[in-house]
Amino acid sequence: MPTTIAALVAAHPLFAGLPADTAELVAGCSHNVAFDAGELLFAEGGPADTLYLLRRGRVELELSSPGAGTLVVATLEANDVVGWSWLFPPYRWHFDARAVQPVGAIAVDGACLRAKADAEPAFGYELVKRLTAVILDRLQSTRLALLDIYSKGETS
Amino acid sequence: MTAGCGLRPRPHRVVGRRRLAGDVVSLELEPLEGEPLAFRAGQFNMLTAFGVGEVAISISSAPGEGSTLHHTVRDVGAVSHALTASRVGSLVGVRGAFGTDWGVDALEAEDVVVVAGGIGLAPLRGAIEQLVSSRTRRRRREGAPEAPHPGEHHPPREAREHHSTQPRPPHLHLSVLVGARRPDQLIFEDDLERWREAGAEVEVTVDLATPGWEGGVGVVTALVPRITACEPDRSVAFVCGPELMMRFSARALLDWGMDPERIFVSLERNMQCGCGICGHCQLGPLLLCRDGPVVRYDRTVASLLQERER
Repeated sequence: MPTTIAALVAAHPLFAGLPADTAELVAGCSHNVAFDAGELLFAEGGPADTLYLLRRGRVELELSSPGAGTLVVATLEANDVVGWSWLFPPYRWHFDARAVQPVGAIAVDGACLRAKADAEPAFGYELVKRLTAVILDRLQSTRLALLDIYSKGETS
Repeated sequence: MTAGCGLRPRPHRVVGRRRLAGDVVSLELEPLEGEPLAFRAGQFNMLTAFGVGEVAISISSAPGEGSTLHHTVRDVGAVSHALTASRVGSLVGVRGAFGTDWGVDALEAEDVVVVAGGIGLAPLRGAIEQLVSSRTRRRRREGAPEAPHPGEHHPPREAREHHSTQPRPPHLHLSVLVGARRPDQLIFEDDLERWREAGAEVEVTVDLATPGWEGGVGVVTALVPRITACEPDRSVAFVCGPELMMRFSARALLDWGMDPERIFVSLERNMQCGCGICGHCQLGPLLLCRDGPVVRYDRTVASLLQERER
């Protein structure tokens, strides 16, 4: 089991395969965090300042609406990434993120990561490529959900 | 075993009826006379609602599970409506069993990944039951605990990679991934829990969570990269659900690292005769009542699933 922050960063799929010095670069912005079940990682409208690399537990992305209660948009688990609004102005969260089980994660400071990406464009490009792949996966999943893929086909 | 191509249905009595979800009903059928119909998991029967018509419905019980047959029917048309409305004691016609099966009996040391969407869990249920039973029997023979301690049965991937040089007992790993639109459309929920207790990795997700739902939210394809119990290079995959769901699930399995020859899907068209004579169920070079419903996801099938209907 990896023990240092750099090793934990390197073991997460988002940064898998990156050179050791790059993992160290990310680790310089990172620390370990834990959340109890029910605790918010962040709240809609709040300043988006952190990238979470989930190591264990489950997180719900939620949206609360008067009359409709809390709508769960997606659930994320170990090896997933939570939060990319820290990368794009105006750096505000669009959803609540709530731990529904005890959660362990690496919290990466968004402003620190942006500064390092600006200073080292090769790293910045790699970071954006990897995050874009995550965003693309989520976009495709959203499209499939919109298609209602479970209800088609039967007529007899 | 295919029962020839008899076109005369054998009368069966409905001895059990259970509503699994809003428009989905499970019927338990017993032959009026003679031996119970022989079948393999994944095959289908032609069910007759007398006076209404006949429709192909997969068998959702496991071979040897009992002397009755289980069929899970969704109320989507005239015949399925009549079948789902059948009362206990009424008669239903049965012809079959027809078509290809999941090939559970031929598995040797493979892990199995099952991906089911909506009512697609029904044709897979018999195969999962067989796999869970075989797993339990093997563990008993080898003196292993009946089921791993909760929370310990699927170590994190990094832990497994660390021990990857150690031999693993063969044919013990089963991942069951289930997706549905909403929680109230999930079927066989008690079976899911039982399979989980027997040591299978069972993950369930819905597109739209409703209040009180504590499971995952997202499409079933998103569960594939999260599989921890099985390895892509030593697994086979059984996929069943609407064709769009199967197409995207197969792609997710390929992205996960599975070989296309190890992915099997269950296809359906307008099955009528059940034995490759009438041609109503043709899909490209396949007559699905004879060459399917279970087919390997090779290049031909992959391209057929992407063809526009003419």
